[in-house]
Amino acid sequence: MSALVSLRNLRVSFDGQAALRGIDLDVAAGEAVGLVGESGCGKSVTWLAALGLLPGKARVTGSATLQGQELLGTAPATLDRVRGGRIAMIFQDPASSLNPVIRIGRQVEEALRLHRGMRGAAARAEAKRLFDQVGIPDAARRLDAWPHELSGGQNQRVMIAIALAGRPELLVADEPTTALDVTIQAQILTLLQDLRRDTGMALVLISHDLGVVADSCDRVCVMYAGRIVEQAPVARLFAAPTHPYTRGLLGALPPLDGPRRRLAAIGGSVPEPWAMPRGCAFAPRCAERSPACDLAVPDAVHLASGHQAACIRATAMDLLKETVAA
Amino acid sequence: MIRFLGSRLLRAAITIVMVVTFAFVVLRLSGDPAQIIMGADAPPEAVDAFRAAWGLDRPVWIQYFHYFGAILQGDLGRSMRDGRDAIVLVAERIPATLALTLPALAIKVGLGIPAGITAALHRNSFIDRAVMMLAVAGFTVPSFVLGLLLVLVFAVQLGWLPSGGQDSWRHAILPIITLGIGGAAVLARFTRSAMLEVLGQPYIRTASAKGVPWRAVVWGHALPNAAIPTVTIVGFMVGSLIAGAVVVESVFSWPGVGRLLVVAVANRDLAVVQCILLLVAMTMVTSNLIVDLLYGLLDPRLRNQPKRAAGIA
Repeated sequence: MSALVSLRNLRVSFDGQAALRGIDLDVAAGEAVGLVGESGCGKSVTWLAALGLLPGKARVTGSATLQGQELLGTAPATLDRVRGGRIAMIFQDPASSLNPVIRIGRQVEEALRLHRGMRGAAARAEAKRLFDQVGIPDAARRLDAWPHELSGGQNQRVMIAIALAGRPELLVADEPTTALDVTIQAQILTLLQDLRRDTGMALVLISHDLGVVADSCDRVCVMYAGRIVEQAPVARLFAAPTHPYTRGLLGALPPLDGPRRRLAAIGGSVPEPWAMPRGCAFAPRCAERSPACDLAVPDAVHLASGHQAACIRATAMDLLKETVAA
Repeated sequence: MIRFLGSRLLRAAITIVMVVTFAFVVLRLSGDPAQIIMGADAPPEAVDAFRAAWGLDRPVWIQYFHYFGAILQGDLGRSMRDGRDAIVLVAERIPATLALTLPALAIKVGLGIPAGITAALHRNSFIDRAVMMLAVAGFTVPSFVLGLLLVLVFAVQLGWLPSGGQDSWRHAILPIITLGIGGAAVLARFTRSAMLEVLGQPYIRTASAKGVPWRAVVWGHALPNAAIPTVTIVGFMVGSLIAGAVVVESVFSWPGVGRLLVVAVANRDLAVVQCILLLVAMTMVTSNLIVDLLYGLLDPRLRNQPKRAAGIA
């Protein structure tokens, strides 16, 4: 199966400081992929880079293709048709992501005009339908509202309506619920799942919250310091986390059953971009560090169908498990 | 809306009363007009007679109420020098001043705003640095220095333009440029920083992410937001159309309101000075009022504030 979007060795640096250090990632049509990691690990930068949305001082290398069409360095006019038309993106803070001086209806209609050539009454009717679809009550009247008149959750629904306007094949949701109340978070995530089911679009859900991703995605990529350190189908990742960082993240989740226990924190902090270790970036915080970890950046090791981890111990441990099992 | 307008009008009225009062007090404190107008050698009886004629012998607070009452009836007093109505004297000069300040305003807006936008769009490039260097030079050089420099180059050295006076349109060119450059520099800097602020906002990234071409992002999404702070500065410039050329009019011997003010202050011609200050206060207050109304037009968040406040209460 050929991928909808393929990222190959995607690297980004700001003023010489590496922010992304080689991302390889495929997203298949209709698939839901979660991108997890702590803030600053490059989750958002990955997709901003692929869509050419980073500021001019960012240096982007590698490849990002949409059904074989290279996106990096492509002509602005081509990119404008991809953005919103084939790959849409919504962001963390819906209140500041909408233009404060433009009525929300017009912000949806703008996307309809750009990607579907709709104008006037037709665009307005379609905007109203989209508002209904994303669950904005009293849609017809709300078209004329300003962003500041709506709550954060409502604004995020408007953002989703704008994203849907171009009928994209992939929606990248960058921490879509982080700025919202917990009850609203669940509503937005449910909405995203429903829309994916109804439209068949692929979803990339960027989050620092493993729980959010586990509910909504087929596959999870765990990122650390600008690289993907482990990726696996959701169930597999929770059942057999291999990379010590993934295990650390799972250990930091409070268990829903069983006795109360102290949550396991991962000691230390992410290395700064200018002090990146030569070997594995997680090694300084890793309990299972060995001298070999510091020699070179570990390659992703294929462990099972769709399961890869970038840890030199991954193979050895897997072999050990298999031996024990036998 | 009516409440908003009412509170702004009340504030405007208070500002004008304060200006009138302040002008009255300061002028009375800063020297005896009778002595100055009659001359130091004038016989004391003549000076006393002058005082009596103009009511300067009465207690200051009575003079104040008398003056204030007259203003409310539309009487701004007469010039102590030639006895004509102050308002007529001032009104005669307004066209000459506007002949400088209006074209200068056009230069400020027409040059400053595009320069600021261009600099912001090419941040840290050669264009940006060149525009900002010129802008810093433009507003750090005082207008009398710039005026004299222009006279030196274009009137004295090259002989292209006259150095002063008001005989033809060519006489207006140097003073207009002198006035325009400083304001354009200020506007360029303000517009640049307003644009940079707006271009860094998440909604600009949203616009790009939904496929809006960059030109349309700038014109349709960034400029309407950046206009809000820029309008403040332009409003301030509109407010100083009447009195913003005092220095330049003096440098180029241009017979406008500014020159009249300088002469009237030197002569302690109280009614004329007070009349000009009242006029200046009124233009400033009016342009501020217009700016406030424009804010509401440009920014829906400000428009709805009174309504929301009422909802909370």
